[in-house]
Amino acid sequence: MKHGRISYNGAVHQVTDAGVENAGRVRLADGRLLSEGEFQWLPPVEVGTVFALGLNYADHAKELAFKAPEVPLVFLKGPNTITGHKADTRRPADATYMHYECELAVVIGKTGKNVKKAEAMDMVAGYTVANDYAIRGYLENYYRPNLRVKNRDACTPLGPWLVDAADVPNPMALKLTTRVNGKTTQEGTTADMIFDIPTLIEYLSSFMTLNPGDVILTGTPEGLADVKPGDVIETEVENVCCLVNTIVDDQTWFAPV
Amino acid sequence: MIKQHVRGTAYGVILNDAVSVQKIGSLEEAPYKGAPKAPVLYIKPANTRVGCGSTVNLPQGAHSVEVAATVGLVIGQAAARVTAADALGHVSGLVLAADLSLPHASYYRPAIKEKCFDGALPLSSVKPLVDIAGLTLVTEIDGEVVDRRPLNDLIRQPAQLLADVSEWMTLNAGDVLLVGVRYQAPQAKAGSAVRLSAEGLGSLNFTIAQGVAA
Repeated sequence: MKHGRISYNGAVHQVTDAGVENAGRVRLADGRLLSEGEFQWLPPVEVGTVFALGLNYADHAKELAFKAPEVPLVFLKGPNTITGHKADTRRPADATYMHYECELAVVIGKTGKNVKKAEAMDMVAGYTVANDYAIRGYLENYYRPNLRVKNRDACTPLGPWLVDAADVPNPMALKLTTRVNGKTTQEGTTADMIFDIPTLIEYLSSFMTLNPGDVILTGTPEGLADVKPGDVIETEVENVCCLVNTIVDDQTWFAPV
Repeated sequence: MIKQHVRGTAYGVILNDAVSVQKIGSLEEAPYKGAPKAPVLYIKPANTRVGCGSTVNLPQGAHSVEVAATVGLVIGQAAARVTAADALGHVSGLVLAADLSLPHASYYRPAIKEKCFDGALPLSSVKPLVDIAGLTLVTEIDGEVVDRRPLNDLIRQPAQLLADVSEWMTLNAGDVLLVGVRYQAPQAKAGSAVRLSAEGLGSLNFTIAQGVAA
C-alpha cells in the first residue's frame, strides 16, 4: 500500500494511491477520489529525527574526491528543510553550484535501541524518496556538510508516497534515477551503498533510540549536476515513487502573493 | 502569554566565544582551511532532551563526557530572516542547558555519535528572558566547582546569532538555539552528580552513569 499526506479543503488528510484504474488520483479515507491539482502534497510522514548519509556510494565519494568512509558519515536535518512533492525549492541568487541528490529514504516504524543487523529490517515501516539538495558554495570545513548547505528551508523534498516495507521486498537492489527537465542525469542502484540499511540501523541505534517517524536518507550515487531556476527535477526510486520539484529564483520565491 | 515549552528541535553553535577560538588555535591549515564565516550549527535531536533530575547513561565504552554549560533561546514565534534588532522579539525565554559530548578534538565532520546519544541534552524548565551577557554559568561536579563561564565573550550576541541563522533556516515556536559551547569543556566521569547554575536562571541537576550493556 502507498500512503500519502495532503492538504485539502482546509485540513490535512491521509490518502492512499487510487490504483491503476484511477491513475494520478488519490483516495481520501472516506473513499472520495481527488485529482492532481485539487490538493497540495505534504511530506508523507511527519518527520522525527532525520538522518542523512554523506559519501555512502563509492562512485559518488570518488566523484567528490573523497575516499570511502570507514564508519557511516551521518549528519542530521531539521524539520524546516523537509517539503512535499511538487513543491518549489529556492536557488539563492549567490549560489554558484546547487545540485540534487536522489536518495532512498527509510522510514522507521518502531522504537528501538541496540538493534542488531539481523532484526534491523523489522524496524522499517516503509520507504519514500528524498531529494537532498546541497548548495556547495556554502560548504565550510566545520561539521561538514554544514547546516547552511544542507538544512535550508524547503531544500529537502520528500515523497510523494510512503510505500509499505512489505511492498518493497528488495530495498538493496533498487534503481535510482534523476531527470532534469526530462533528461536523465543520474543513475545508480541501492546495491552500491557502502553501508546498507541494516548496517545503518544497527549503527545509529547503538547509541541512540530510534523512533517511529525517524527517517534515514541513505545517500546518493554519482551523477551530480548544477540546477537552475525553472528546472524541473524528478528523483525516482524504482518500485517506490517519483518525486518532482521545481527550482525557483529569489524573485519568484519572495514574490508577494 | 502562553506557557512556553521546548518541543521542537534544538540547535547549537560552536566557536562562538573568545576563549574557545583562542583554545582551538589556528584554523588556517587543513582540515579547516580558514575560519568559519557563517555560524557552525549542529542538531541535538529529540532523543537527547532530558529534564532536571535525570540520569544520563553514557554510550557503551565511554567512561567520561564533556559537560558544556550553555543557555538556549526558546523560540516563541517563528523566526525567519529576522534582523538583529527584531530577533529577541521572537524569543520567549531561556533554558539552562548541559550540552553533553563524548570528547572529540576535531570539528571537521558532524559529531553525531559523540553528541546525539540518548540523554545528551539535559535542559532546565523555561525561564524569563534576561540579558545573557550578565550571566555566569557555574558547573559543579560532585559538589565541587569545576568551571565558571561568564557569557560576556560571545562573538555573535544572541540577537545577531538568531538573525544570522534565520537567514537560511526558520526556527519555529518550541525550537531552541543554544548560544555556544566551550571547545573542550570540563569532563565528568560516570558516577558523577552534575549541577549547572546561573543567577536568575536557577539550576539544572543530573547524574552521569555508565552505559548499560545491550
